[in-house]
Amino acid sequence: MAGVATQASLESAPRIMRLVAECSRSRARAGELRLPHGTVATPVFMPVGTQATMKGITTEQLDALGCRICLGNTYHLGLRPGPELIQKANGLHGFMNWPHNLLTDSGGFQMVSLVSLSEVTEEGVRFRSPYDGSETLLSPEKSVQIQNALGSDIIMQLDDVVSSTVTGPRVEEAMYRSIRWLDRCIAAHQRPDKQNLFAIIQGGLDADLRATCLEEMTKRDVPGFAIGGLSGGESKSQFWRMVALSTSRLPKDKPRYLMGVGYATDLVVCVALGCDMFDCVFPTRTARFGSALVPTGNLQLRKKVFEKDFGPINPECTCPTCQKHSRAFLHALLHSDNTAALHHLTVHNIAYQLQLMSAVRTSIVEKRFPDFVRDFMGTMYGDPTLCPTWATDALASVGITLG
Amino acid sequence: MKLSLTKVVNGCRLGKIKNLGKTRDHTMDIPGCLLYTKTGCAPHLTHHTLRNIHGVPAMAQLTLSSLAEQHEVLTEYKEGVGKFIGMPESLLYCSLHDPVSPCPAGYVTNKSVSVWSVAGRVEMTVSKFMAIQQALQPDWFQCLSDGEVSCKEAASIKRVRKSVDRSLLFLDNCLRLQEESEVLQKSVIIGVIEGGDVMEERLRSARETAKRPVGGFLLDGFQGNPTTLETRLCLLSSVTAELPEDKPRLISGIGRPDEVLKCIERGVDLFESFFPYQVTERGGALTFSFDYQLNPEEMLLQQNGTQEEIKCVDQIKKMEITGCNQEITSFEINLKEKMYQEDFNPLVRGCSCYCCKNHTRAYLHHLLVTNELLAGVLLMMHNFEHYFGFFHSIREALKHDKLAQLKELIHRQAS
Repeated sequence: MAGVATQASLESAPRIMRLVAECSRSRARAGELRLPHGTVATPVFMPVGTQATMKGITTEQLDALGCRICLGNTYHLGLRPGPELIQKANGLHGFMNWPHNLLTDSGGFQMVSLVSLSEVTEEGVRFRSPYDGSETLLSPEKSVQIQNALGSDIIMQLDDVVSSTVTGPRVEEAMYRSIRWLDRCIAAHQRPDKQNLFAIIQGGLDADLRATCLEEMTKRDVPGFAIGGLSGGESKSQFWRMVALSTSRLPKDKPRYLMGVGYATDLVVCVALGCDMFDCVFPTRTARFGSALVPTGNLQLRKKVFEKDFGPINPECTCPTCQKHSRAFLHALLHSDNTAALHHLTVHNIAYQLQLMSAVRTSIVEKRFPDFVRDFMGTMYGDPTLCPTWATDALASVGITLG
Repeated sequence: MKLSLTKVVNGCRLGKIKNLGKTRDHTMDIPGCLLYTKTGCAPHLTHHTLRNIHGVPAMAQLTLSSLAEQHEVLTEYKEGVGKFIGMPESLLYCSLHDPVSPCPAGYVTNKSVSVWSVAGRVEMTVSKFMAIQQALQPDWFQCLSDGEVSCKEAASIKRVRKSVDRSLLFLDNCLRLQEESEVLQKSVIIGVIEGGDVMEERLRSARETAKRPVGGFLLDGFQGNPTTLETRLCLLSSVTAELPEDKPRLISGIGRPDEVLKCIERGVDLFESFFPYQVTERGGALTFSFDYQLNPEEMLLQQNGTQEEIKCVDQIKKMEITGCNQEITSFEINLKEKMYQEDFNPLVRGCSCYCCKNHTRAYLHHLLVTNELLAGVLLMMHNFEHYFGFFHSIREALKHDKLAQLKELIHRQAS
């Protein structure tokens, strides 16, 4: 039954975000998320472990890297191994033996990424399973029910997601439907004391639609808000404007989770725009293609140029891969059939992302975030003025000038 | 280096090899095994995950097939393969071939032997071979040898004789080149016993190789399926009888627990650990018991759920997985099977490995069904630890005169 949030829920959502410092120029904030499985420092990058595993690295390795929150995916886990089994295993935490926090996406994004297998109606999303052809209906209620069984610390509403390249009435339809689905998720949520349900702001690249969505969703007293529907095929210029619009209308005392953002430059800019949480498959996926992330971009370690390069990926990096191994060895290992090569790079890339966020956070706390941004852009692009236009514009909009 | 035998029981040699390595302060226990690696790295494992395993052997096996191509790189690196691969503390043994990948026949000549890498064939004359070893600087290395007889069905006596002649010639040439190189003198050459299935040639190879100043012996050409080993066991005994007591005997291509015991009884000291890797690659977990102290009922309790497994294990399935055309053995369980979907027990109850302490059969099943990389990591950790534990139990059994019990236990579990 669609409708406005009830009086009861307006008062009941926990305040999970504690602000520790704010940049006096930009909208950057440093904070702490108080979650059932421990505190998480923000801004935070959350690696994606879709099917109850962080690809080839163990939970011990992930913990040792300092990760305190990572992602699982409701769509995938809902199919295999299924919520009943995971519940028997003491939730997703128990099943994968992860002692820290988990965030589960609702399955909404798969509507876009697996669009040939899905059909959206007011009821929910009908998926055809790629594994056995069977059909499932993922409704807001079903998504929340699965996430309740998974037991993740943060759960996401089921949203009606359209690709950011879509225009026309479908965008508006999806935005209003997402609001109705948010209310259905709130009503269906059985464990608000143990799991924090986040809303997801939609509206595509249309400022008016975004603004409407923001106005409506912020009336619902959920513990946090995500900015969705971006990080697809849209231009960066449109992207940052929608992010900035969203953060300007979202409450300050609640976390802002920008979904699907993971490139280093994007992370830094979007922190400046006021975002606290990020997730992306990019660092872990690119690792499995032999690409190591560094402050100047990335190293394609399979290339011959690294054959005799006996230094580590990054001499400043404290990760186990950089402590022990050279680019030359990783190059040789990447050309073998030993999967360890991929794991070495996964460890490093996650470390890179986490170390980056940590450095960003420290600079905010120490009141030198704008200088940090300038140094970062200088290292990445050779000179702060060579930073891409969209990033320069975005930073300028919140008072940070480069060069 | 010095091999001291503590005792010899029923042909099994229990002892230690001391003063190993460049610093001469490493020790290895025998009987024992070497850590199997692919391109200088334990399969699926980073330093961190390898470190989680208890009982990792002091010596790792490298394969020339995976490292020959690094010749130029290592020459420029100068500091040896141990440091290059991030294992500066480990003892290293370099074999010619990878025991898991069969080598195509027809590529040994009077002057050269070829190894097969991921990129293709690398042909090595004696001088190229020794140049590569000079760049690698392993502690031990298998001498260049003609082992092709084991790749062929029913090799002729002439071919067998040639394999012995060639191997001796390669050995003499390698020894000569070693004398001329200070770097190479820091490595120990392992002489290779060839001779196929011809007793006369086996004896000749053993006697002649033993005359040379090698540091140890590799018994080549005994690998195959379980039936071929049975017929070769007699040859094996005769060969080791010809070898000096104070030098280690390695064997290649033997990994099944029952076969390991049979070879130890015939004077073999060191084995490879590719077998746990093969089990891993087919989604299996080693579960065989080597706890000869337990009575049979307790053993069954410990291997929780084994009743159904014993029934399933009676069906031997052929699986083709990335070149490991191996059959499932009775020493393992196949975690891909649906019965493990909701099994929240560890792989082996009482196992202290990282996988068993942290994860369940159900989780491993899920990882295998979803093709996740972590499956290989966790299974490799368990399978290595289990296998190293088996070798530990062999040494303990020999120490306490309980070999018969261990043997009986293992053979009861062999299908």
